[in-house]
Amino acid sequence: MLKRLQLEPSRILLNLAVIFIIALWTFPTAGLLISSLRDKNDIAASGWWTALSSADRKQVGRMKGSADQVEKDGKFVISGNLFEGADANSGKVSAFGTKVQTPGANAVGSTVALDAGQSLTVNVDGSYVLTSPTKFADERGSRVFFVSSQPPRFTLDNYQNVLFSEGIGRSFINSLTVTIPATIIPILIAAFAAYALAWMKLPFRGFLIAIIVGLLVVPLQMSLIPLLKLYNAAGTFLGVPSKTYLGIWLAHTGFGLPFAIYLLRSYIAGLPKDLIESAQIDGANDFKIFRRIVLPLCFPALASFAIFQFLWVWNDLLVAIVFLGSGPDQLVLTGKLNALLGSRGGNWEILTASAFVTIIVPLTVFFSLQRYFVRGLLAGSVKGG
Amino acid sequence: MFEQIIYAFFTVIIGVGGCFGYFYGSNWLLDRVFPANANNDASAVRNLKIQSTIRPWLFLGPALLLLSVYLIFPVIQTFWLSFHDRAGDKFVGMANYVWAFNDDQFRLSIFNNILWLAVVPALCTLMGLIIAVLTDRLWWGNLAKSLIFMPLAISFVGASVIWKFVYDYRGEGQDQIGIINAIVTYFGGSPQVWIALPFWNNFFLMAILVWIQTGFATVILAAALRGIPEDTLEAATIDGAGPFKIFFRIMVPQIYGTILVVWTTITVLVLKIFDIVLTMTNSQWDTSVLANLMFDWMFRGGGDFGRGAAIAIVIMVAVLPIMIWNIRQANKEQGGH
Amino acid sequence: MADIKLTNLNKSYGTVHILKDVNLDIKSGEFIVFVGPSGCGKSTLLRSISGLDQVSSGTLEIDNAVVNEVPPSKRGIAMVFQSYALYPHMSVFENIGFALENQGLSRAEIKTKVEAVGEMLQLTSYLTRLPKALSGGQRQRVAIGRAIVRGAKVFLFDEPLSNLDAALRVQMRMEIAKLKRDLPKTTMVYVTHDQVEAMTMADRIVVLQAGRVMQVGTPMELYENPNSVFVAGFIGSPKMNFITGAPAEKLNAKTIGVRPEHFEFSDSKTDIAGTLDYTEILGSDSFLYVTTPTGMLTVRQPGRTEFKTGQKLNLKPIAQHVHRFGEDDMRLAK
Repeated sequence: MLKRLQLEPSRILLNLAVIFIIALWTFPTAGLLISSLRDKNDIAASGWWTALSSADRKQVGRMKGSADQVEKDGKFVISGNLFEGADANSGKVSAFGTKVQTPGANAVGSTVALDAGQSLTVNVDGSYVLTSPTKFADERGSRVFFVSSQPPRFTLDNYQNVLFSEGIGRSFINSLTVTIPATIIPILIAAFAAYALAWMKLPFRGFLIAIIVGLLVVPLQMSLIPLLKLYNAAGTFLGVPSKTYLGIWLAHTGFGLPFAIYLLRSYIAGLPKDLIESAQIDGANDFKIFRRIVLPLCFPALASFAIFQFLWVWNDLLVAIVFLGSGPDQLVLTGKLNALLGSRGGNWEILTASAFVTIIVPLTVFFSLQRYFVRGLLAGSVKGG
Repeated sequence: MFEQIIYAFFTVIIGVGGCFGYFYGSNWLLDRVFPANANNDASAVRNLKIQSTIRPWLFLGPALLLLSVYLIFPVIQTFWLSFHDRAGDKFVGMANYVWAFNDDQFRLSIFNNILWLAVVPALCTLMGLIIAVLTDRLWWGNLAKSLIFMPLAISFVGASVIWKFVYDYRGEGQDQIGIINAIVTYFGGSPQVWIALPFWNNFFLMAILVWIQTGFATVILAAALRGIPEDTLEAATIDGAGPFKIFFRIMVPQIYGTILVVWTTITVLVLKIFDIVLTMTNSQWDTSVLANLMFDWMFRGGGDFGRGAAIAIVIMVAVLPIMIWNIRQANKEQGGH
Repeated sequence: MADIKLTNLNKSYGTVHILKDVNLDIKSGEFIVFVGPSGCGKSTLLRSISGLDQVSSGTLEIDNAVVNEVPPSKRGIAMVFQSYALYPHMSVFENIGFALENQGLSRAEIKTKVEAVGEMLQLTSYLTRLPKALSGGQRQRVAIGRAIVRGAKVFLFDEPLSNLDAALRVQMRMEIAKLKRDLPKTTMVYVTHDQVEAMTMADRIVVLQAGRVMQVGTPMELYENPNSVFVAGFIGSPKMNFITGAPAEKLNAKTIGVRPEHFEFSDSKTDIAGTLDYTEILGSDSFLYVTTPTGMLTVRQPGRTEFKTGQKLNLKPIAQHVHRFGEDDMRLAK
């Protein structure tokens, strides 16, 4: 496009600009992901951007005393490891010194001359060698001050915690239970309706299509109160709870139908007329034409809508709260996450991991089937001037 | 958990199977009652005609039923409820509306909605256009676009968690873990509770929606740009037009329709915005919008259906012009036979 | 085999009157071609016969039965579309067998019939292929196969050769002619805008203009005795020459028509004088484009021509091949 505009800023500038925008767009999600993998104390202590690089820490270690000295080549040697007994992820030594004020005085791996002819070498892995021409007298080893760099520490503990102890796993199943039928049923119903509106002889066809288009923008909020009343009444009448999975499946189907019919209808109407006419001459009735010819050919549109609907239902919060409720057997992932935000607002290690569990499914679906998703968006949206 | 999965599995089978059963069954029945396949004689001909009159309604039936129950009647009923009292029993005329327009929270919500409406669609469309133009000729343009687009796949709640993290606040002097405050303190400023700042907090919430919806605008506008015929641009170049002139006088007019569609679609979405405000602030600090207000009146304090319905109608009215425009557009273009 | 009879047929789409009072008698087994310029209504007429479009008024009879209200699949017709309308996701076998499925035949019966048709059209080795793996000519044969396998009494062709390139078109013309020979009892109605196809394939030609039947006759009848300027100019390539002014008045007509091969060269100044502007040499013929006071004339000469560009010529129309047309552009009696 820029070339067509006869603008040829250096390619580098263009790439930089886009990279900047992309960075802007992805850093929030990156922050979430990285945080979810950090130890919970780290999350609270420092920003996630520091987690990626090694952090320098000042430490002190005590060398072994005279009891551990050995004689070697006429000299007396004490050796050991400064990290001994310390916690597992101790890192590497980057500099060391003998005075508390100057822990970074000497480069790691070098040998330092100390008083009384002694020399000390400290290596990257924390091992040290203290050499003396005379026998060591002190039972207590001297201290070494050093700077260590800690590698980034990551853990899956948060996920483990969240999936099993916090009930996220349960909510995951709930979300699946809601989403899968709420995706399949609308496709079926909408496909038949779309074919009828595209190719069959219907009185008031134009009027029906206009209604469907109109319903596309009706806010959900318009339906909630009456439906709630309806469900409550139906529940009392039939003696069943008013908030059931069947109820929410039907609700999502109803809400998703306008877009489904709109999308599928315009696709099916775009199929070559000859094909349908040829099939009619061949003696096929509309049901046969739909089953054998139209349905196989409109698979791309079906896939597009399926993905759209899947994402919409999976990510929905409002319908789930209203029609399904908040018990552990019903609360979907979005609702659970929302609840966590309230009850565990300060525990970022739980929030970040939970959030990521919530978004991993839609992200996977999205990335692997992006093409169809985009096509669904484009349906009817691209118009000329 | 296990029995839940079993239960779900069987209900899915029954639900989906029921659907299939209806469609296959009703069509099979039609073919049986009015047989038309065997030959070409008069009764077969007559039956075929009867079939083609009944069958469309078999196809359309379930959809019409569901649409009526879940969308059409509710709309009518909400309208009716808005003229009644809190439980829906007593007729109160315009009382709910009068209350609404005098209520502070309502006015605040309207004001906030207008703010959202003014900023978000325009910003999304503009950024979408810019990104579409910039990424058009990059070899990695598609990857770039999908990264911009990715937030669309994340739920609003998930996005809220992400951004709450970004906006996090620690007291003065402590290490900031929210990136915005970290940057602010790095440059010497003092950290803020961004989502509580009066008036400006709305914009911080809007940023989330812009983050999500720009991808939508980008994808659609990029497709529209692709559709502009090369010739028109080349002719303009030969005619001596500079890049900005080409952009504004040749490109934008040709995709004007699409720009409008993007802008109106996002507008409709903004009017319905609920999740973000609920999870980020729960309407505190003056961030309330109409959808949240309605939700509150529906459920909190025992529920006041009359007032909730009135608010819903207000949202609906705002959406009406776009609906009419969409219907007009749809009537102009209809395929099939 | 079936007669097709159209009586006072009219067809309108809304307020647009497409077909106007069409009367036609098509004999069983005939190969009849509807021809005419774009928009003349030939496709609409075909679709009306097929039943895909409803007739607005008048009667349509197929095999002595009135079929106005009968759906297409019950009229005993088969149609070959311009785009062939092959089901893209079905193999050749399934495409051809689809109609038989709808008739409720058993799989064995379908197999027998489809294979028979496949043999007849040399499609046996392609039966498992998908349409996108076939060439244009093969696709057309599949489309024809679909029509044959149903044993329909009437075949309708809607410009089936339009999508083919020139060389393929010639070859396919021969195939359709062969089909006509192989199925002598089947009535075939063929629509085209190409008058060469009409002339070479038809038993009779129906020339249409603006929704009306202009003339019906055998190819040679139309060639030698066109009843109007329109038909005279439509049939025959290159087009007939139309001359107005002095040469026409001399013969008591508003316009006279002379085909390019019906001129003689003379020295007489009383004949049409002209200058040779341009020559097209095809090898078998030469076409001379001569500028005259009343317009440009095309003259055909067999083989080579010895005339040179710029040369002055006198042209004399051969008397018995001059067509005279009156004020209404219709033929005047000889």
